[in-house]
Amino acid sequence: MEATRKLIRRQSLEKLYNALSETRKIYAPVMAEDKQITYCYNPSFAEVTFDHIRSTMSPKNVLFPKVENLFYYTNEKTESVISVLDLNKIPEVVLWGAHPCDAAAIDVLRSIFCWEIKDEFFAKRLEKLVVIGLSCHQSDEYCFCTSTGLAPDSKNGSDILLSRLQGGDYQAEILTEKGQSIVDSLPDLFEPVTGEQVVITEVKQKFDHRKVTEKLATSFEHPFWVSNSLRCIGCGACAYLCPTCACFDIQDETAGRKGRRYRSWDSCGFGLFTLHTSGHNPRSVQSQRWRQRIMHKFSYMPERNESLGCVGCGRCSSGCPVDMNIAEQLAALQNI
Amino acid sequence: MNNLISKAKELLEGKAVHVVIGYEAGPTGVARPAFITDPSGADMLIYDDRCVQNLAVYLTKPEVKSLGRMAIVANLPVMRSIMMLISEQQLFAESIVVLGISDKGDLLDIADIQVMQAYIEKSDLSNPARDREPLTALNKLSPGERFSYWQKELSRCIKCYACRQACPMCYCTRCTVEVNQPQWIPVQSNTLGNMEWHILRAMHLAGRCISCGECGRSCPVGIPCHLLTMHLVDQVHDYFNIYAGTSDKMSSVLSTFEPNDKESFII
Repeated sequence: MEATRKLIRRQSLEKLYNALSETRKIYAPVMAEDKQITYCYNPSFAEVTFDHIRSTMSPKNVLFPKVENLFYYTNEKTESVISVLDLNKIPEVVLWGAHPCDAAAIDVLRSIFCWEIKDEFFAKRLEKLVVIGLSCHQSDEYCFCTSTGLAPDSKNGSDILLSRLQGGDYQAEILTEKGQSIVDSLPDLFEPVTGEQVVITEVKQKFDHRKVTEKLATSFEHPFWVSNSLRCIGCGACAYLCPTCACFDIQDETAGRKGRRYRSWDSCGFGLFTLHTSGHNPRSVQSQRWRQRIMHKFSYMPERNESLGCVGCGRCSSGCPVDMNIAEQLAALQNI
Repeated sequence: MNNLISKAKELLEGKAVHVVIGYEAGPTGVARPAFITDPSGADMLIYDDRCVQNLAVYLTKPEVKSLGRMAIVANLPVMRSIMMLISEQQLFAESIVVLGISDKGDLLDIADIQVMQAYIEKSDLSNPARDREPLTALNKLSPGERFSYWQKELSRCIKCYACRQACPMCYCTRCTVEVNQPQWIPVQSNTLGNMEWHILRAMHLAGRCISCGECGRSCPVGIPCHLLTMHLVDQVHDYFNIYAGTSDKMSSVLSTFEPNDKESFII
């Protein structure tokens, strides 16, 4: 559908929020006691922040929970009885205030989870999700959305995109049928636009992702990987903070005769990730794992999923205990 | 700092070492580990208040070791970590050069292990001042309140294992949590599994933790998990009058048994 623009007053935002929360769960960013920005379910409108640069964790948990039950089982003598989960019980959720990088990450996750075989858990959560995006009026030195083909006001992934106007009210861009149906159900809250300017931050481009992808095709054996990853300590912080990292582990947990199978986040940064039963590990050292992380996002995904595996949110770098700054590394890589 | 740079250059030029592990400033101004292999690169070295990471974690990493003989910029926590690594036979004292840094930021002349030991012995080995206040506050809580505190904090853990990876004493090539037959600790991140992991981690570090606080600093979600190991630092000191990392021949507090131990339940 063709996008339309409306004006929504600051005080009407609360009405919109409360109206949506009557029929849906809301997943929105709040500032915790320790100043960290955390997404949580159903905070009151007063708690929701509109001034954050980035939440510590990305909101991907709403579509790809850190732990997700797949089915339950009971072992009866020689056979197991499986009880499947009723996916229709997955609630309707509004992802509120997601910045354009995090909203665009939904498209990246979809390109993975709905690639050839549709992941029914992810697909159902996505079907029941409405995204109210929020353009960025501020940014910091870790932001690099513009290097990944996005912008602080990108529309990808949002059903409605809010952008702050100079006077403190908001512009609402209605981008999808889902967004339109919300506007139609609450027509009094949306007014015609006045021509007032939106406030959008400027994010400096740090590298050209097309050049990076091109360079990666011929640099698998380059000494760059070892020299630039010596300081990587091999934790999973970057993968777990990342809005597009989608790897998971599958485990059974049994107590007596009953149990459940679940999946939980995993990271290619861990040595165990590729360890074979034989004891052989094709990625036995950290430089190979760091290379995999970059290759997957900037070479394999553009080639296979036709989407870049990075949205430039900067969490992997701001949250890294040893300052593995990905934008800095890619800027260096495109010129090696 | 100039002394540090010239010393690093001298070591690299004379081929006394192949790599100097120190700190450099990243593009955002954050100090981060640097691995200098060429004398001209030594000019990048910095040492100031930003240099907080415990560099000793790299002394056991295969790709760093493969660079050759190492020199390491070592403040007190790094020196104590080195003592523990030597004690636990993860490092040969002769295989490294220690570029000791005093608490005032001056380059020390650490000629050998004995000199390092003497420096450590005359230093304050108790938990850092910044952490004493929260430790005392936690100790004042009732066991129930303390349990609730940790339950709330650890429920946020995402099992990224940054706390483990940042710790020089967590050098196992396969951690207990990675043993999956049987699976001792749940893979998933939930409150119970997270508590099991953090209690296991703390207990494995009892008598070995040198109070660098690196585990808590590294946590991307800001869980003060260093207070768990630091509490055990206090406990071990109270019960055994021992601080970890004070000599290159430390025996393990929790796995050393002697006939004259006051407890009768083991031997």
